[in-house]
Amino acid sequence: MSCYRGKYADELIKNAAYIGSPGKGILAADESTGTIGKRFESIKVENTESNRRALRELLFTTPNVLQFLSGVIFFEETLYQKTASGKLFVDVLKEGGVLPGIKVDKGTIELAGTNGETTTQGLDDLAKRCQQYYTAGARFAKWRAVLKIGPNEPSQLAINENANGLARYAIICQENGLVPIVEPEILVDGSHDINRCADVTERVLAACYKALNDHKVLLEGTLLKPNMVTPGSEAKKVAPEVIAEHTVRALQRTMPAAVPAVVFLSGGQSEEEATVNLNAMNQLKTKKPWSLTFSYGRALQQSTLKAWAGKTENVKKAQDNFHGRCKANSEATLGTYKGGAASGDGASESLHVKDYKY
Amino acid sequence: MHVDELIKNAKFIATPGKGILAADESTGTIGKRLASINVENIESNRQALRELLFTSPSALSYLSGVILFEETLYQKTSDGKPFVDVLQENDVVPGIKVDKGTVDIAGTNGETTTQGFDSLGARCAQFYKAGARFAKWRSVLKIGPDEPSELSIQQNAQGLARYAIICQENGLVPIVEPEILTDGGHDIKKCAAATETVLAAVYKALNDHHVLLEGTLLKPNMVTPGSDSPKVRIEFNDPAEVIAEYTVTALRRTVPPAVPGIVFLSGGQSEEEATLNLSAMNKLEVLKPWTLSFSFGRALQQSTLKTWAGKKENVEKAQAVFLARCKANSEATLGKYGGGAGGDLAAQSLYEKGYKY
Repeated sequence: MSCYRGKYADELIKNAAYIGSPGKGILAADESTGTIGKRFESIKVENTESNRRALRELLFTTPNVLQFLSGVIFFEETLYQKTASGKLFVDVLKEGGVLPGIKVDKGTIELAGTNGETTTQGLDDLAKRCQQYYTAGARFAKWRAVLKIGPNEPSQLAINENANGLARYAIICQENGLVPIVEPEILVDGSHDINRCADVTERVLAACYKALNDHKVLLEGTLLKPNMVTPGSEAKKVAPEVIAEHTVRALQRTMPAAVPAVVFLSGGQSEEEATVNLNAMNQLKTKKPWSLTFSYGRALQQSTLKAWAGKTENVKKAQDNFHGRCKANSEATLGTYKGGAASGDGASESLHVKDYKY
Repeated sequence: MHVDELIKNAKFIATPGKGILAADESTGTIGKRLASINVENIESNRQALRELLFTSPSALSYLSGVILFEETLYQKTSDGKPFVDVLQENDVVPGIKVDKGTVDIAGTNGETTTQGFDSLGARCAQFYKAGARFAKWRSVLKIGPDEPSELSIQQNAQGLARYAIICQENGLVPIVEPEILTDGGHDIKKCAAATETVLAAVYKALNDHHVLLEGTLLKPNMVTPGSDSPKVRIEFNDPAEVIAEYTVTALRRTVPPAVPGIVFLSGGQSEEEATLNLSAMNKLEVLKPWTLSFSFGRALQQSTLKTWAGKKENVEKAQAVFLARCKANSEATLGKYGGGAGGDLAAQSLYEKGYKY
């Protein structure tokens, strides 16, 4: 057979296409307990379950925000949490036409003999876990593979390992009713120019799609979550149009039209940068047979987090800010963003953390 | 490197409403064709046939390219005008076959790889000087119980990628042709699976070899049932539509949007089948980020050849037949072919088991 078409095939195709709906994108709210702890530290909030729950409730119950979202990625704990009035977050989303998603990887570990390159773990019992998540309401999954650019990186080993891992994860998800978001993030760390990033991105994506084909993944039921093509964090910045051209070109050279949508990660970009770059891509007049939208974590939450600062009296202010960012990104998917949205404190703040670990 | 020129030429060849005439039959192969109409295989007859085709009034307006065999690249009309000039003056890009045929891969069940690398760069440079602006290299795979094997897929994909980059280094747009033969009793799904696997391997190899996709074209087989299996059941569906769906799905899953055009080979399909299938593909309402056109040899020339039969007095009639086929295929690239051009002659299957060029 060509690709695998199991009992969930039609549902996978429908859900993947829905996530790529014009005007919508994904909120990546899947920070692990450790990672969300770092965020809380920055606003002096204690890392307790109730605070984690409170933050997510703030986001998901922001009035009129769900219209801008087609999906939200959860961390496992959050999948089972409820609002203060006792409604499951999953139900809040479903009622708002938003698909719940779930982070299923178990973080990265180093590849021996390389210069700090990693592979991602989480394949053990993945099928069983996916089934459980499906029962709990999840309809898509996310798995983050990480690569870096250096004098000898990414190595062929790192590319092969990560591509293969993504493909195994993807087919297991599809066997169990979850649309796999394929995320081969190439870190922005380094002083390389945009052409180097383009080169590496094209090589990595080509390897990913070859692996997906080898593993018989149904491309129409997947999404891609790549980095944008940009200069390294220590290199000179370029205009959004330049980022847009290089990024879309890399996708044109590697991503088959069968994939319905690209949901970009924001990496270390500021909220505003991430929105403006996405907007530039959607304004580009060139062949784009897939939707280009967002799957932002930090770039959707940073200024909202600061506005909240853990205090109940700040919730409305924080929610207004969050609404503004979501609306801005929604416009960016249509190429109609005019700039200057909800710039609460921190919308222009770079969110780059060297050698960022989730 | 010739980056801009390659991109421009590839894009031009992919112009909607136009396609490629594959007139690159080697001396041996054209001999078989001429034999079928009782014509002697001598240089002047080969020249006469190609002159008939290239000077068909108005036919060139439906063509963006013609693939030539080496001998033909240097031939002239009976008035002394180089064929290359005739083509160029009519906005048709001359192309050149550069492979040197297939050889068996030891240890496989009759699978092959393609040769032609020795001095390929130098040959491409010469062909560019002579006016060629694109090249063609035919890789062949087959479907069987254990075929295509991983070895055959790898060898042919790598070969196509090496050929492609060498062409680009020398200003020729490479047409990448991984033909999966129709021979066999397999169903259309098996062909689809093989086609997707082969094309994925080809595009991975092209990426590995740093080939500029915007300056290439793809020449694949359509996805059809095997020659020995029942034709696609008619019942409720138009068989052409079924072939169109499977083919376009396979391409959407494997051919990056950067490739400007896909120019199908006709395999053993009759002239009419090939045109109907191409038209159905272009009618399909699904996103296709590359143009879908033709690069037909037999499926453009067969009835023309029969009508000519080597006789001067038949030239005009033969040219009219040729024009009709070109026009039909042009309409097919726009999804507008209504069927019936060329009658019985055009409906004749051109399938030959184990076809060798």
